[in-house]
Amino acid sequence: MALKIVKGSIDRMFDKNLQDLVRGIRNHKEDEAKYISTCIDEIKQELKQDNIAVKANAVCKLTYLQMLGYDVSWAAFNIVEVMSSSKFTYKRIGYLAASQCFHESTDVIMLTTNQIRKDLSSPNQYDTGVALTGLSCFVTPDLARDLANDIMTLMSHTKPYIRKKAVLIMYKVFLKYPESLRPAFPRLKEKLEDPDPGVQSAAVNVICELARRNPKNYLSLAPLFFKLMTSSTNNWVLIKIIKLFGALTPLEPRLGKKLIEPLTNLIHRKIHIFSSHKMLCSQSHLIVSLSRIAVLISLSSGMPNHSASIQVMKYLGLLAMSKILKTHPKSVQSHKDLILQCLDDKDESIRLRALDLLYGMVSKKNLMEIVKKLMLHVDKAEGTTYRDELLTKIIDICSQSNYQYITNFEWYISILVELTRLEGTRHGHLIASQMLDVAIRVRAIRVFAVAQMATLLDNAHLLTGNMQRMGICEVLYAAAWICGEFSEHLENPMQTLEAMLRPKVATLPGHIQAVYVQNAAKLFATVLKNQEGNTDSTAAQETSQLMIDRLPLFVQSANLEVQERASCILQLVKYIQKLQQKDVEVAEEVCALFAGELNPVAPKAQKKVPVPEGLDLDAWINEPPSESESEDEQPKAIFAKEEPKHSRPRHTEVDEKELARRREARKQEQANNPFYIKASPSSQKAYQEAPGVEHIPVVQIDLSVPLKVPGLPMSDQYVKLEEERRQKERADKKKKEKKKRKEKRSGRGRKHDSGPESEEDITPAHMVDIVTEEMPEVHRSCLNITMNLKGNARTNMISAKKSSKHKKKKQKKEKEEKEKKKKKKHHHHHHHSDGGGEESVQNGTVEEEEPLPVSVYDIQGNLQDGSQVVVSVIFENKCDSFLKSMEFNVLDSLNSKLQRPEGSGPHDGLTVPFQLPPGVSNEARFVFTVQSIVMPQKLKGTLTFIVKDSSTHEKLDFKLHFTCTSYLITTPCYSDAFAKLLESGDLKCSSVRLEGVIMPFHHLLARICFHHHFSVVERIDSCASMYSRSIQGHHVCLLVKTSGQTVSIDAKCDEPTLLGNVLDEIKQTFSQC
Amino acid sequence: MIKAILIFNNHGKPRLSKFYEHYNEDTEQQIIRETFHLVSKRDENVCNFLEGGMLIGGSDYKLIYRHYATLYFVFCVDSSESELGILDLIQVFVETLDKCFENVCELDLIFHVDKVHNILAEMVMGGMVLETNMNEIITQVDAQNKMEKSEVMCFVTFINQCPCLDICSMQGHCFAFHTASASR
Repeated sequence: MALKIVKGSIDRMFDKNLQDLVRGIRNHKEDEAKYISTCIDEIKQELKQDNIAVKANAVCKLTYLQMLGYDVSWAAFNIVEVMSSSKFTYKRIGYLAASQCFHESTDVIMLTTNQIRKDLSSPNQYDTGVALTGLSCFVTPDLARDLANDIMTLMSHTKPYIRKKAVLIMYKVFLKYPESLRPAFPRLKEKLEDPDPGVQSAAVNVICELARRNPKNYLSLAPLFFKLMTSSTNNWVLIKIIKLFGALTPLEPRLGKKLIEPLTNLIHRKIHIFSSHKMLCSQSHLIVSLSRIAVLISLSSGMPNHSASIQVMKYLGLLAMSKILKTHPKSVQSHKDLILQCLDDKDESIRLRALDLLYGMVSKKNLMEIVKKLMLHVDKAEGTTYRDELLTKIIDICSQSNYQYITNFEWYISILVELTRLEGTRHGHLIASQMLDVAIRVRAIRVFAVAQMATLLDNAHLLTGNMQRMGICEVLYAAAWICGEFSEHLENPMQTLEAMLRPKVATLPGHIQAVYVQNAAKLFATVLKNQEGNTDSTAAQETSQLMIDRLPLFVQSANLEVQERASCILQLVKYIQKLQQKDVEVAEEVCALFAGELNPVAPKAQKKVPVPEGLDLDAWINEPPSESESEDEQPKAIFAKEEPKHSRPRHTEVDEKELARRREARKQEQANNPFYIKASPSSQKAYQEAPGVEHIPVVQIDLSVPLKVPGLPMSDQYVKLEEERRQKERADKKKKEKKKRKEKRSGRGRKHDSGPESEEDITPAHMVDIVTEEMPEVHRSCLNITMNLKGNARTNMISAKKSSKHKKKKQKKEKEEKEKKKKKKHHHHHHHSDGGGEESVQNGTVEEEEPLPVSVYDIQGNLQDGSQVVVSVIFENKCDSFLKSMEFNVLDSLNSKLQRPEGSGPHDGLTVPFQLPPGVSNEARFVFTVQSIVMPQKLKGTLTFIVKDSSTHEKLDFKLHFTCTSYLITTPCYSDAFAKLLESGDLKCSSVRLEGVIMPFHHLLARICFHHHFSVVERIDSCASMYSRSIQGHHVCLLVKTSGQTVSIDAKCDEPTLLGNVLDEIKQTFSQC
Repeated sequence: MIKAILIFNNHGKPRLSKFYEHYNEDTEQQIIRETFHLVSKRDENVCNFLEGGMLIGGSDYKLIYRHYATLYFVFCVDSSESELGILDLIQVFVETLDKCFENVCELDLIFHVDKVHNILAEMVMGGMVLETNMNEIITQVDAQNKMEKSEVMCFVTFINQCPCLDICSMQGHCFAFHTASASR
């Protein structure tokens, strides 16, 4: 045996190691692929050997090859083998390889669970560390569920090195297994105050990531973070905390004011906090920091040598500005020149940032000026990406919020036409859609637009000149359509018709040709109509002849659409020609073909269509699928019992109230779920802000600008014209000062008024036709929901007030009310109270009344002291008023006592160390001393508090349910120790059978592990042994077997009463799902 | 969150790639190429940030990079990371490498990519920053290397004590093996 090992190690010395492999690859530059494939063959041989050292070496090489892009998933099993080596050297190689190439669909991952668990509880901290690092890269939902408890235990490991890794990996576990968040959160919070700065920073890191997903739930931690911010010196922690506050301040405006001072201090100390510092709530503070940023940018642009670090500051300054811009556009606008300067920077990242800023800075006043500068840049810009970016930005800026800032559409059209002359842009379709949009919606501009488009069509050869510019020929699509549709405005339709029928058109893409053909027909109709009046009919006949001559070209087109339209129109024209020869007046009929106006339809127009009577869109067509089916959605499964009550009448008679209630419940559920990313928070607001149809002022267009600009107009002319127009208007205004102009401007301009010449004074030259936009219905229904919410809160309050005055009457009322509230509460908390309901096994909902719900509590045993239990209670204020002076008191029983500070009597309450603003939740912890842990027990308690508005004392009764499970602590156990324990014969036996459990066996085990703090010792097929220990050192062993839907649990414990109670609780867990 | 950490040289040859999100090997190579393309065409004294390529998630992600002699160190991060923070982290990373390899150069990274991974694992874990204090990182890396060395030493003494081997012929190998592991 020894000889074999030694022999293996000699072999190993002759093997290639990683360095040899790298060297080999470098020496075979010409035939690298071939060399590597021979290496892979060698590796395959090595992996077949028994010697773990050889295997580890092979796996190490594979990791390198993976980086070079070779698939190594075939070696996954060997990687697991190397991971399970007892030597740290090999284990590390194995975990590294696994972290590089394992992912959720790697099937061997299932095999690693026990190995990882073993490594996590290894006495060597580096074994644990390596396992945690590896796990962080390939954790799957299954692994997360099975290992959540082990990792949670590691969070209070004695070594800070392990603690910080365990804390950090919890985030990954939360992502994969959200149910673990609730029980782990108290401990995570505790880690914020860990003596080791590394652990602290890890905890801050995790909470920041969580808060990014749903900031509301973490508002209660604000005071703690505030303390950290003022005390911490670690830059990383500071940056993260400030980022977190950035997410929190929009929810709690008062936070902002508190933050000003420490933030300003910080900024003075470290300028680089800037980048993350995005909330800037008060005006004065803002100005201070803004001016600093401005100084920064101007300084850096003034420097002769652009060193990289200055560029960095410039970039960050611009970034910070773009964040400020969202809340305080005015203050940024004053730095317009500086930002325009940045457009000239040679660094593309900086130019792009500056462009972003411009978007928010435009107003009616400066739009033309800014766009003019941008046009200059377009001409100068090198590189198509940047130029394209500029082009889209120009269009974005101009078209934002329904062309709000455009006062002169002629100018805009000419800008669009100028943009078509850009070389090699990919955004032809964007320009085209803008042209169409403007021409359709702004009636007054049509004459001008048609003239411009006709010129474009005339000069089409310039656009289609070389093939590289194919992108831009999309513009011709718009040009042709506009000329055809609004042909009555054409000055010389005949000329345009000829331009559209040039043979060169056949080189255009098919869909454009199709539009050409169709619109040629429209033009033809117009030409006929114009010539009808003439006595000389030859002109009309010539036109028909022209069509007949040119159309066959299109009939031969390879594009079906073009072919079809062309042949159809050709036949039509031939027929018309016949009629013409008989001197029949056909113009009227031909025009009728294209009569009627095409109006734009808003994307949301569907909402205008009323729902037919008797159609209920919310009703189920089929019976809803049973929700307890899927295992992955366990939170829903808790509902299963409750659900049928309201889901049965789900057919058509579901009334308004029910719907609103359900909608509200869903909303709350989403709000409380930390992992629910809201679809689009702004969508509702957008509805509310967008004015309804009736609010859109329709302005009589006073066209002081001459509509005809001879030749191809340059947009610059408009800038001058605009100036003149404004001056004239100003003069006008002085004359009729009393005439109110407010009616004239659209409601949205409000935000931008100030400056020497206010926005209101600039009346648009044309008005955008937006009648078909938003529908008010949607908006109204949103309001409904909020009303409901408010209504509920109010009734809660009232009931509470009544209760304090008429205590006897209260009881009856309460009962009715309670029924309703319980249901509601389920919606609120179903995702974290894992057992569900009030009598959940581990966590529970405290039975209490409104308005201040002590909602969830978690009981944890204390290992160090066998008789102590910590209860963390989360208080959530659901009413509208501020709650203060909360006192928590529990009636002590013989067995359990609330630990009170020294000197207080046995019936005194404990003051809760915080106050609760409306809608906020916070957590407090209470320590209980427990004598005997073998029986579950309920403790009665009261919470007294003062509602700030009414300043009356309110009282709230609740019960705390101490289950036996809460005295158990997950303790890993090895199979040999486990066997010894069972053999010892000190343990009493008991068993229980569960019927009708429909879930995979590993889910069942995970459930027991998670809810009842057990760990799996060994699992063979459908049989597993599990172990746990109570805080007083009782051993609890389970043997779980499953066959079909029956699960039998044989259990042994040195304390029969405890065992009986634990089994009862397990039974209850499974009866609830 | 950090989405990926890439190190490649001036010719785009990858020297280390660590993705904290799964991609298949081909996509990984494409991402490396795309990132190299984006980064390499930038001037020497421009800022260190740019928007991510299409493959790695577009403009929601930022590439934060530093260029040292022949190597580019690129971190791809989302909006929750501070730009300067990451820039600092790259500096810490490079300084740590410099300490661990004693005047680090591209060759060290080429031949000891596993060691670089181990150092990185002490700084970033699962896409989140674990430790930014250089001394702490070096302490942990050294302690682990020491452990590895002691395991190898046990092994070598075991061979030396083994009676059924011609020790003289072995010693040359053992010595070579020992020095190899020491230099690693």
